[in-house]
Amino acid sequence: MSEEAQSAQGTGPRYDVVEIGMAVAVTAFGAVVVYGSLLAGIDWASDGPRAGFFPFYIGVFIVISGLIILVQAVMNRSQTMFASWSQLRQVTSVVVPATIYVAVIPTIGIYVSSVFLIALFMRWLGRYRWPMLLAVSVGVPLFTFIIFERWFLVPLPKGPLEDYLGY
Amino acid sequence: MEEIGHLFQGFQTVLEPYNILLMAIGVLLGVIIGVLPGLGGANGVAILLPLTFSMSPTSAIIMLTCIYWGALFGGAITSVLFNIPGEPWSVATTFDGYPMARKGQAAEALTAAFTSSFIGALFAVIIITLVAPQVARFALAFGPAEKFAVYFLAFCSFVGLSKEPPFKTIAAMMIGFALASIGLDMMTGQLRLTFGYTPLLSGVNFLIAVIGLFGIGEILLTMEEGLQFKGSAARIRARVVWQTWLEMPKYWATIIRSCFIGSWMGITPAGATPASFMSYGIAKRISKRGKHFGTGEVEGVIAPEVANNAAGTSALLPMLALGVPGSPTAAVLLGGLMIWGLQPGPMLFIEQKEFVWSLIASMYLGNLAGLIIVLTCVPLFAAILRIPFSIIAPVILVFCAIGAYSVNNSTFDVMLMMGFGVIGYLMKKCNYPMAPLVLAIVLGDKAEESFRQSILGSQGSLGVFFSNGLVGTIMTLGLIAAFWPLISRGLDVLRRGVAARA
Amino acid sequence: MLTSNRIRSVGAACLGGLLAMSALPAKAAWEPTRPVEFIIPAGTGGGADIMARTIQGIVAKHNLMKQPMVVINKSGGAGGEGFLDVKGSPGNPHKIIITLSNLFTTPLATGIPFNWKDLTPVAMLALDEFILWVNAEKPYKTVKEFIDAAKAANGTFKMSGTGSKQEDQIITEAIQKSANVKFIYIPERGGGAVATQLVGNHVDSTVNNPNEAVSHWRAGKVRPLCVFDGKPMPYKEVIADGKSWADIPTCKSQGLDMEYLMLRGIFMSPKATKEQVDYYIGLFQKVRETPEWQKLMADGAFNATFMTGADYTKWVADAEKTHVELMTAAGFLAK
Repeated sequence: MSEEAQSAQGTGPRYDVVEIGMAVAVTAFGAVVVYGSLLAGIDWASDGPRAGFFPFYIGVFIVISGLIILVQAVMNRSQTMFASWSQLRQVTSVVVPATIYVAVIPTIGIYVSSVFLIALFMRWLGRYRWPMLLAVSVGVPLFTFIIFERWFLVPLPKGPLEDYLGY
Repeated sequence: MEEIGHLFQGFQTVLEPYNILLMAIGVLLGVIIGVLPGLGGANGVAILLPLTFSMSPTSAIIMLTCIYWGALFGGAITSVLFNIPGEPWSVATTFDGYPMARKGQAAEALTAAFTSSFIGALFAVIIITLVAPQVARFALAFGPAEKFAVYFLAFCSFVGLSKEPPFKTIAAMMIGFALASIGLDMMTGQLRLTFGYTPLLSGVNFLIAVIGLFGIGEILLTMEEGLQFKGSAARIRARVVWQTWLEMPKYWATIIRSCFIGSWMGITPAGATPASFMSYGIAKRISKRGKHFGTGEVEGVIAPEVANNAAGTSALLPMLALGVPGSPTAAVLLGGLMIWGLQPGPMLFIEQKEFVWSLIASMYLGNLAGLIIVLTCVPLFAAILRIPFSIIAPVILVFCAIGAYSVNNSTFDVMLMMGFGVIGYLMKKCNYPMAPLVLAIVLGDKAEESFRQSILGSQGSLGVFFSNGLVGTIMTLGLIAAFWPLISRGLDVLRRGVAARA
Repeated sequence: MLTSNRIRSVGAACLGGLLAMSALPAKAAWEPTRPVEFIIPAGTGGGADIMARTIQGIVAKHNLMKQPMVVINKSGGAGGEGFLDVKGSPGNPHKIIITLSNLFTTPLATGIPFNWKDLTPVAMLALDEFILWVNAEKPYKTVKEFIDAAKAANGTFKMSGTGSKQEDQIITEAIQKSANVKFIYIPERGGGAVATQLVGNHVDSTVNNPNEAVSHWRAGKVRPLCVFDGKPMPYKEVIADGKSWADIPTCKSQGLDMEYLMLRGIFMSPKATKEQVDYYIGLFQKVRETPEWQKLMADGAFNATFMTGADYTKWVADAEKTHVELMTAAGFLAK
C-alpha cells in the first residue's frame, strides 16, 4: 500500500537489478565456500570424510541455486521499483553512522562511541534539544558501563578514555 | 508416595524467607539478562556463579535456576517488541509475536508468550517430579544415530513451509549450513573456511546472525518505511491479560502437543531452540489458521513459547540424573554443582535427596514467581514502544553491539552483526526466507557431527539410521514431515473422492 | 601515551626492584591496578572452566586480590582464540590464562601460529588424571581381558573421547600402538557426553577424567580398569564396589606401557616482569591453601603437583616434546 503510493512519488533502482545483484552475491559466496572446502580437503581419510567434505557439497548447492535464481531474474525482468531514492537515503542514513560506529569500537571503545551514536541519531532524526540529548546519550552508556563493568564484571571494549580513568 | 513427601519438604525449604528473596532476585536478574541480547542465560549464570560461593548449595541453586527461568521468560520480550530475539530459543517467537506487536497487540502477544512459557515449564517440572528415573533411562538410549534422527525430524517439520520461491529457500538454508561449518571441525580437529583469518576461528555464532538479520535488518526496514515502530499507538489495559487468558484454552491441542515436543527435545537432549522451531512448524501445518501464521496469530506465539520452556526446563533432568547438560546454561549449572561438591549423576537423587527435591520445588515456585513478575510488567514493557524511534533505535543498536560482542568477546563479531543487518534488509526485500537460514546455523554443525559420528561407528553404512526401532521411528516421522505437503494433498484427493462417491 | 596508572605501576615495579636489591623482605612489589582477566581457552562447563571459576570464587571469597578477577571464555578454534589473545597482549600484566593439553595440541593440529614459549609461564596448579573405563555390564575386569576382547573384535571396538586430535585421541593412539589393537575413535563435545555414551552402551570404552565418570562409577554403571599415571592415585576414600581411587592399578603395571597426565597450569602475557609473575605465584599459593581448593582436588582425584619457575618451564618443554612425538606418530599434525 505505502510502497505503491511512494513509487508514484519518486524514482529508484529497479527491483530486478537488485535481484540480479543478490543472485550474483549468493553464487560468489557459494564459490568461496567451495574454494575453502577444497583447501580443507574434500576426500575421505582413514577416519571418515575430511573437514571439507560436507561444506563442499553445500557450496555446490549454493552455486547451483544462485545460478538458477540469476537465470530466473534475467528471464523475468520487471519494471517494479526496489525502493525510491528517498527511502534508500533514509536507510543509508542509518547504515553509514552504524557502520562507522562498529568500525571505531575497537579503537575508542564501545562506551564513547555509543555516546556519539545516540547523540547523532537524536540530533539528526529527532532534533532534540541539547539538555535532553546529552542526558540520554551520556546516560545510557554510563548505565551500561555500571551494569557490565562494575556489576556483572563483563569487560566490554574500552578505549583511551577508560584507560586514562584506570579501567 | 515417598516422592511427594520429599517434595513437600522441598517446598518448606524453598519457602524460607531468605530463599524466597533469592528467588525474586534471581527471576529479576534473569529477565534483565534475557532482555539484553547476547548476554544469555549461560553467561548470566556463569557470571553470578562465583557470587553464590558463600551460600548453601540449595540456596545457590535456587537463585541460579531462577536466573535461568527469568531468562527463559525474558527472551520473549525483545522478540515481540523489536523483532530481536534476546535468546536463541526466542527466534520462533518473533515470527508471529512481532507482527502482533505491529498490529498494536503487543500486550496480548507478551501475555500469551509468558503464560505459554509458564505452562510449558510446569508440564516439564511435573514430568521431572513423576518420572525422573525412567526418563533418564530414555535419554541414555540416544546415541549419535538417534541424535541425528532428532535433528532431521526438527528440520523436516520446519522446512517446506515458506511461501518464498523454492530456490531462494534452498539457497538460504545452504548458506546457513555453510556459515555453521566455519571454524573448527570437531570431528577432525581441523580448521575449515577460516582462510587463516583469526577472528573466524570461533565460527559464525548463531546469535550474531540472528541479531543482525532480524534486529538490525528490522531497524533498516523501519527507516525505509518512515521512522516508526508500528503499534506504538496501542492502548494498554489491565484487562488484556484476562482477555488473552480467556482466548488461550481454544488452542489446547497446540499447547499439549508443544508440551510433549518441548519435554522430549529437552531430555534427548536436542535443546530448546530446535524444540521451538519444530513446535512452530508442526502447529503451522496442523492448525486451521496455519495459512495466517506469520501475520500475527496468537497460536504462533503460543506454540514456540510452550515448547522452548518445556525444553529448557526438562533439559535440567539429564543434567541432574546423568551429568549431561541439555543446554549451555545447564552446562554452567552443572559446573556449579561440582564447585559445591555435589556430583551430578545417577547417585544425586539417592544421596542428596534434600537438595534435589528443594531444586524441584524451586522449579514450581520459581516459575510461578517468574510468571507473576513478568505479567505485572507487561504494561511497562509495552510502553517501551512509545519511546520515539530516534531515541530507541540507537539504543537498540548499542545493545545489539554489546550483545554481539559478549558472545565471543570479539569486536569482529560486532562488525559481522552489522553486515548481517544489511544482508537481512536485502534478503527481506528480495523475498529470501530467513528462518531456514537461522535454523540451519543452529542445527547445522550438530547435525553434521552426529551424522559423521554415526557413520564412523557403523563404518560407512547408512543402515545405522534404521538399525533399531527408536531411530527408525524418528527417521520415518522426519520423512513423513518432509513430504507432508504431498501427503496432505493426497489425503485431500482421497477424501474428496470418497465424498463424491457418497 | 603513558597513563598515570602505567606510570604508577612502573614506579611500583622499580621501587620493588630497589627493595629487593637492598635485601629487604620483598613485600608485594607489584599488584594488579585494574581487573585481572582470567582467560579460559575452552567453553563453559568443562574441566578448565570449572577450575577457573572455582579459583575466581576462592579469590573473591577469601579476598585474596584487591582488584576483581574476571573470567572470560575464548574457546574458538579448540582454544586457539584464547591463546592468540594472550599472545597478542605483550606487557599486559592483567591477563592470565589457564591451560589444558590444547596448549600443545591445538597449534600442532590446526597450524595456528602459537607456541607456549610465546607466553610467560607462571605455575602448574595440578595435573589431571586419565582412566580407562568400560561399561560395568561387560565381562572384562582387567586390562588384559579388555585388550583381548578388542583384538577379537577386529577393529570394531569403539572408543569415545572429548574432541579430535586432542588428549583423549592421543591416549587412544598410544594404547593402539602399545597393545597393537585398533579402535574406532568417536569424538564428542564434552566429557559428560562421552561418559553417557559409555553408560548407554553406544561405545565400548572411554578415557574419561575421574570427575567426568565418578558418578556413573558410584551408580555401578561403569568400571575403571587402569590409570594412565606413573603411580596409583593417593586418594584412599572408598568410592564404589569397596574400591577407592588408590585401588585402580596403573596401566603400566597392567601391560599398557604408557603414561599421560594433563596440565592444568597458569600462563600470563608475554614480556611479564619477574615481580608480576611472583605476584601471581603468591596468589595461587594462597588459593591452594584454601579448603575449597583441596576439596576440588580430592573430588576430581587430581594429581596435586605444584610447580613454578625453571621446574615448571622444564616440565612444559618435556610435555611439548612428548606431544610432538605422539602426534607425529599418529599423523595428527596440520598439513
